[in-house]
Amino acid sequence: MTSTPCLARAGLGEVTASDSSLRRFLHGLPGVDEVAAEARAAMLATRSIKADAKQFALELPIRMIDLTTLEGRDTTGKVATLCAKARQPEPSDPDVPPVAAVCVYPDLVSEARRCLEGSGVKVASVATGFPSGRTSLAVKVHDTMDAIDAGADEVDMVIDRAAFFVGRYRQIFDEIRAVKQACGQLHLKVILETGELATYDNVRRASWLAMLAGADFIKTSTGKVSPAATLPVTLVMLEAVRDFRDATGRQVGVKPAGGIRTAKDAIRYLVLVNETAGPDWLDPAWFRFGASSLLNDLLMQRQRMHTGRYAGPDYFTVD
Amino acid sequence: MTERLTVPKTHKLFIGGRFPRSESGRSFIVTDSKRRFLANAALASRKDARDAVVAARKAFPGWSGATAYNRGQVLYRVAELLEGRRRQFVDEVIAAEGLTSKHAQEVVGASIDRWISYAGWSDKIAQIDGAANPVSGPYFDFSVPEPTGVVAIVAPQKSALLGLVSVLAPVIVTGCTAVVLASESRPLPAVTLSEVLATSDVPAGVVNVLSGHTEEVAPWLAAHMDVNAVDLTGAPIQLAADLERSAAENLKRVLRPPVDGEPDWTGESDVDRIRFVLETKTVWHPIGI
Amino acid sequence: MRFDYAPAPQPTDFVDLDASYGLFVGGEFVDPVDGRRFKSVSPSSEQVLAEVAEAGAEDVDRAVATARQAYDAVWSKLPGLERGKYLFRIARIIAERARELAVLESLDNGKPIRESRDVDIPLVAAHFFYYAGWADKLPHAGLGTHPRSLGVAGQVIPWNFPLLMLAWKVAPALACGNTVVLKPAETTSLTALRFAEICQQAELPPGVVNIVTGAGETGRTLVTHPGVNKVAFTGSTEVGRSIAQSVAGTDKKVTLELGGKAANVIFDDAPIDQAVEGIVNGIFFNQGHVCCAGSRLLVQESVYEDVLAGLKRRMGTLRVGDPLDKNTDIGAINSPQQLEKIRLMSEVGEAEGARRWSPACPLPERGYWFPPTVFTGVSQAHRIAREEIFGPVLSVLTFRTPDEAIEKANNTPYGLSAGVWTEKGSRIFWMAQRLRAGVVWANTFNRLDPASPFGGYRESGYGREGGRHGLTAYLRTGQEAGQ
Repeated sequence: MTSTPCLARAGLGEVTASDSSLRRFLHGLPGVDEVAAEARAAMLATRSIKADAKQFALELPIRMIDLTTLEGRDTTGKVATLCAKARQPEPSDPDVPPVAAVCVYPDLVSEARRCLEGSGVKVASVATGFPSGRTSLAVKVHDTMDAIDAGADEVDMVIDRAAFFVGRYRQIFDEIRAVKQACGQLHLKVILETGELATYDNVRRASWLAMLAGADFIKTSTGKVSPAATLPVTLVMLEAVRDFRDATGRQVGVKPAGGIRTAKDAIRYLVLVNETAGPDWLDPAWFRFGASSLLNDLLMQRQRMHTGRYAGPDYFTVD
Repeated sequence: MTERLTVPKTHKLFIGGRFPRSESGRSFIVTDSKRRFLANAALASRKDARDAVVAARKAFPGWSGATAYNRGQVLYRVAELLEGRRRQFVDEVIAAEGLTSKHAQEVVGASIDRWISYAGWSDKIAQIDGAANPVSGPYFDFSVPEPTGVVAIVAPQKSALLGLVSVLAPVIVTGCTAVVLASESRPLPAVTLSEVLATSDVPAGVVNVLSGHTEEVAPWLAAHMDVNAVDLTGAPIQLAADLERSAAENLKRVLRPPVDGEPDWTGESDVDRIRFVLETKTVWHPIGI
Repeated sequence: MRFDYAPAPQPTDFVDLDASYGLFVGGEFVDPVDGRRFKSVSPSSEQVLAEVAEAGAEDVDRAVATARQAYDAVWSKLPGLERGKYLFRIARIIAERARELAVLESLDNGKPIRESRDVDIPLVAAHFFYYAGWADKLPHAGLGTHPRSLGVAGQVIPWNFPLLMLAWKVAPALACGNTVVLKPAETTSLTALRFAEICQQAELPPGVVNIVTGAGETGRTLVTHPGVNKVAFTGSTEVGRSIAQSVAGTDKKVTLELGGKAANVIFDDAPIDQAVEGIVNGIFFNQGHVCCAGSRLLVQESVYEDVLAGLKRRMGTLRVGDPLDKNTDIGAINSPQQLEKIRLMSEVGEAEGARRWSPACPLPERGYWFPPTVFTGVSQAHRIAREEIFGPVLSVLTFRTPDEAIEKANNTPYGLSAGVWTEKGSRIFWMAQRLRAGVVWANTFNRLDPASPFGGYRESGYGREGGRHGLTAYLRTGQEAGQ
């Protein structure tokens, strides 16, 4: 919030000119009180969603899912089954919408592309030396180009956390900018790896750094570090995108990833979005879940709503 | 050769570190225990009481803001000065209370020791009355005692020095400032004590001493909206009830007179007299990164 | 489609209410001598929940005599550990019946179920649990080696936290060995009467806790009763003053927890998002029916616009309505009288030239409601900056320097609580030292805990409730105890 006049006074160029100007700006952002932020997230988690609202809250997350597989043993076969699930999450019910995207490693992008042709489901690829980000900028850009060339619609890049901790903010800024340039019109999601950033102050700073550099989305985690997405971390990021839009007019999306497994979790995130950034973000264009097992739980709860019976896992496909 | 004519003292009020006469210009005759003339004392008026409260309020921020260690030193210094004027106080106590010389010496000794004892409380009370509170949540929560503000004291009527010290020292050791209404019939030791205080390190206005009629002045103090507490130890029981009622107007803390009458003050220093003028402040802060 | 949550009502079918309640005296419910009763109305529906007995002078006499008898014959003779075990029992039963108590509290008081469920009732159980543990440790409380109980405590509590205020009064009184006659507020008697049933379930000896329902006159009769040794009151400064007058010249020990007009001070380096939460929690918690509410917001001028924008945005998300809806943030105003007072003060604020703002929020048709309201352009001279409104109405003032913040914060006859928001540690202590208030919340607000002493400076009353300090109110200590 206080960033608004600050940005207006300084202008983007001045703020991002150097490590020290970025430091002044990022460290001038209002702090985050951990206890109060967590209390706020916990309070919102007590919201009770019923009836039509619940139906909405079970369907929307399906359309927000980046159905993800990021394992060393991923094969084209694995990706193909995942894509089938992405296109048609519930074979017995064509009313169930497809997910937003399938998220894979760059070398599997072409397979995903092939499987998702004509479905409207996007192909997202992690890149830039995922998950650690410890390669040269040239390699990062190359990695990104590989994914794009193979047909990725969206790129999920990681930031260099080591650079963040030693205060080389300008390096991170430049890397994001270079990758965004490589992406062109394609959506760039910047993974902050909040589990490594350790404090909410850092999460807020990293969020702003990524947004200043041109991120279309800010994303919590790679899924390889614990903790991955949490409600309070997402709260802080939602505050950041809200304030960034106030300051610059540009809307940036948010993607919590990792650890979101149940429909109940997903609903809590939607409540968080609704009451923090606001309804403008309640759209797959502006909010995504990086998840895999979440989908089946949403389907189960959805069926429970429709049939009035509790559902069993054997009635849902396990891809 | 004629005997040298002595120079008698004019007994004045003690307000804001100065010794004014009563603004009313009045005085009253003080006699010894055998009803012989001792002196004319200033007869304080309601306006003197008002001025004394103003002085006490003005002194409060500085005195309460001093370190506890410093206040302890200042009180100890009062004892030192009293020791140096022991003989004078013994004579005054004999005159005021009609005690034997031996008894009066004991009383003055006890009065000096009382300052020493309360001086030592200055940096202890917060440790026994403060607390770290184990609340069930990620908060650091602590309580500290703080001085309540300006305290009006109706000093004991019988024990003109030891009684006075016993009610005054516990009030000011906390950082509170005081307006003392001295024993009505035995005010002279209080006046002399104020001369000691004036030359001690006690800042001006921390102690203000009024002599006069309790029934006339005490109601103004009890009703004064800028007084935070009243110690009614020396107030007659019926008057005390009226004073307590007036004190309710701004919810003053009230210490009632002892039910069994005035004690002999020979007991130890009383930590509850300190607590009476303390507020407990509790501070919360989250614990987080 | 908007994400509007849909109603999420808390079921109430498991809360049985009698049509009519008597007084709780000597362990059983008895009819009032003159048979007078009044209706307890739910402020959210205006429906009559039950009829409650109105205790007259004879009833109070009987209750005090019963409490005296129980004190002399049983409670004062019981070893501390045994007293503690009764309190532990009560704490446990409260926890077991927590949801029922929460629902009843929300029905009767109008506060949101989220608060009665997550704040009030858990704190009630915790308070009994905390003081239960003190009962056999009083010699270690630093109040002399043999602190003695006082006798019969006459306790009068307000309607804003009905059961919690009961716990604050009854738990330490009993732990210290006193017996109790308690009068709940006339608009919120029901949880106190439910508590009477809990005393029965816990097999508390008859007469140790007596509950006399009624209005101001009953309270007056109780606190002025010559058989009462201790008076404890939470409520308005006005009534507190008259109680202080009425006990003059007696040997009754008195503690008063009265009104407040707390300053909540926001510095420019505050964690702004959490500060906004703190402001909201400070003034809209419990519809602002909180003596320690942060009703005066003091914002440093350099962040005024940001804080206000954030506050208004946040206020726009507040959900006002059915207290029994789990998503309700702000419930009903407790009574038509209180609603009238809030309306009146808000009109005064406008007439004085302050700017009034409330988010667009639909209010239910039945019941007593007031939208969350903020006044800007308020100065210290305005009545809305000086007088306790006791409703969801915030007055916003500004300051430039820390000294100015302190000067304005302390410029009130009250001194119950204060808030300070800054990320600078040394400034927190600087502020905390200078704020003349019994509770200072730094980077938080409206936190309560049984272990934490609570109470005011100046016209906010005297004595502390909670923590070790809370024992002082119910014991004869030191030289008082003849040591």
